[in-house]
Amino acid sequence: MITFIYDQSFEGLLCSVFEAYEQKIIPGNLLSENTPPTLFSERQVKITTDSNKARRVWKGLQKKISPAALPSIPMAWQSELPGSDWLLFQYIYKVFKTPDSIELNFGDPIVLKVVQIAKKVHRERHRVIQFLRFQKMADGTFFAATEPLYNVLPFTIEHLKNRFAGQTWIIYDMKRNYGYYYDQRQVKEVCFQQESPVLQNNQPEQHLMDREELLFQKMWQEYFKTTCIKERINPKLHRQNLPVRFWKYLPEKNIK
Amino acid sequence: MMNESVLEKLKILAESAKYDVSCASSGTSRAHRKGGVGSTTGWGICHSFAEDGRCISLLKIMLTNYCIYDCAYCINRRSNDIPRATFSVTELVQLTIEFYRRNYIEGLFLSSGVVRNPDYTMERLVKTIKDLREIYHFNGYIHMKSIPGASQELIREAGLYADRLSVNIEIPNETSLQLLAPEKNFNSVLTPMQYIHQGVSESKEERRKYRSAPRFAPAGQSTQMIVGATDDSDKDILFLSSALYQHSTMKRVYYSGFVPVNSYDPRLPVLKHPPLIRENRLYQADWLLRFYNFKAEELVDDSYPNLELEIDPKLAWALRHPEKFPVDINRADYEMSLRIPGLGVKSAKMILIARRYGRLGASQLKKMGVVMKKAQYFMTCNELALKTIQEITPGQVRQILTRKTGKQEDPRQLKIIFDNEE
Repeated sequence: MITFIYDQSFEGLLCSVFEAYEQKIIPGNLLSENTPPTLFSERQVKITTDSNKARRVWKGLQKKISPAALPSIPMAWQSELPGSDWLLFQYIYKVFKTPDSIELNFGDPIVLKVVQIAKKVHRERHRVIQFLRFQKMADGTFFAATEPLYNVLPFTIEHLKNRFAGQTWIIYDMKRNYGYYYDQRQVKEVCFQQESPVLQNNQPEQHLMDREELLFQKMWQEYFKTTCIKERINPKLHRQNLPVRFWKYLPEKNIK
Repeated sequence: MMNESVLEKLKILAESAKYDVSCASSGTSRAHRKGGVGSTTGWGICHSFAEDGRCISLLKIMLTNYCIYDCAYCINRRSNDIPRATFSVTELVQLTIEFYRRNYIEGLFLSSGVVRNPDYTMERLVKTIKDLREIYHFNGYIHMKSIPGASQELIREAGLYADRLSVNIEIPNETSLQLLAPEKNFNSVLTPMQYIHQGVSESKEERRKYRSAPRFAPAGQSTQMIVGATDDSDKDILFLSSALYQHSTMKRVYYSGFVPVNSYDPRLPVLKHPPLIRENRLYQADWLLRFYNFKAEELVDDSYPNLELEIDPKLAWALRHPEKFPVDINRADYEMSLRIPGLGVKSAKMILIARRYGRLGASQLKKMGVVMKKAQYFMTCNELALKTIQEITPGQVRQILTRKTGKQEDPRQLKIIFDNEE
């Protein structure tokens, strides 16, 4: 069995498909550079990432599958799930091998799996859009921290840019330690040096916040409490709709 | 300006507004405008969920909870001794915008008790949302309640600023409504509905000719019925819903399990809990009407005036019509596939597409999200058919599907049986 070794980048993934066709090799697995070699691997082929080759594969994909199906590839990639790269390799390989588009063949386990992972990521993106909470800082910037299950921040920018166009904001993935800053013109990727946004109990320190911020949080908390109908309380449904992993950054779930 | 007194008002007026169950923020797609606040996405976003599991998408609030009416089922009836408050327009506007900027909400759901007369109240509501749109350039979602009995001119104006307008029917038949809400009648509810319908249709027609013609309540209208406050059957409710859905602008009918807020009133039934299962079955039936091409008379009729609580309405229909099954999943058309219990709109569409590539078997269907536990009795696929409803009777299928799945016994654990000794 031949194993492809690549640098774990999305471009690297596309290049490995390129090499598979170029060198006429069908690999049995795709591994990152620093994983120890597996027992059954008879030969390893190292894939060098080349933006030109990656671009050619991407262009090919654009021709082979519809604009509706294309985004599921980067979506599934951002899931960062173990084995998702190998799955995507097989998917892309198959796309080029089959004369007709395979994107709707849900009877094929690889196609179905890619669609399902992409759907999971898409749902997580939606949850971030739902449950992101901005806090107004003293300088007028709105700051929101989040820890999504998958690496979905890049997919939320278009929506946030449109919706909050008239305010300066920062969204930050605390788990992956990067975020985006919008200055009312464009969005830039940012990475805080250690402990730069001073968070205490998942909130910026009070002196950094806008004077009225805590009042509005309190109002929101009170609204949240009041709007619930006590006779219908349903903790299971509540947790199902509002996953516990988001509670940390929701003012309404952190009432003192 | 924002202070503790606004906080108090917020509590009082949210408390008064919460029994309206509508929460949708969908139906309008509007991009950001320069200098404005916000956008709408078209599909709506729930930003939080209250502990009763209901979504919080809009700031659901009343302008005032003073009311001249005395409807038996309403918490804000004039004879109730509850704290009353009224928001000023600026307070409400600021609250909405500040919540919006923090991503707490999609927009505003504005309602009001009736003060002085319907037109006076409606005028104040319209002024609020007009200010929100024109002075503060709020571009998010607005759902406004139209006051029963308000004039056509005011509804016409409201539609220019609101995304959705709604009037609640509350009680599904006229006599019960008259009994519980003596100041209202069906006419006072149906007339504004008609006005909204006219407004939306005319605006659509206009916009076909002139792109710049103003939009009128682009997300249409919705309404609500209280379930369990009167002895009306599910048949009454669903037949009315189905009639309402004949109007293209009626997007949603909401069902609200009756919460006895005024338990002292002898006209109302005494309930321990709100009828939540019945409410859920009604929503399921509503879905069947809107997305599964069912007709109300297929779900409920004179011999079955109420939906079964034990099983969902689609399964109930299937059990009453064993002659239609099993359905061959590899051949059946979309309409018939949708009728298989355990198959939803998504999986039915997926199957239709996927079977072009090859015949589908049970394991593939399962992966696509078909609930095989139910579906297996009503369909055949690539494999040899298992026992379908034809081989075992509808009665047995019902028994299998309603069996209580309590704690499973561990087969490795030996059982010690103690006989009762006399």
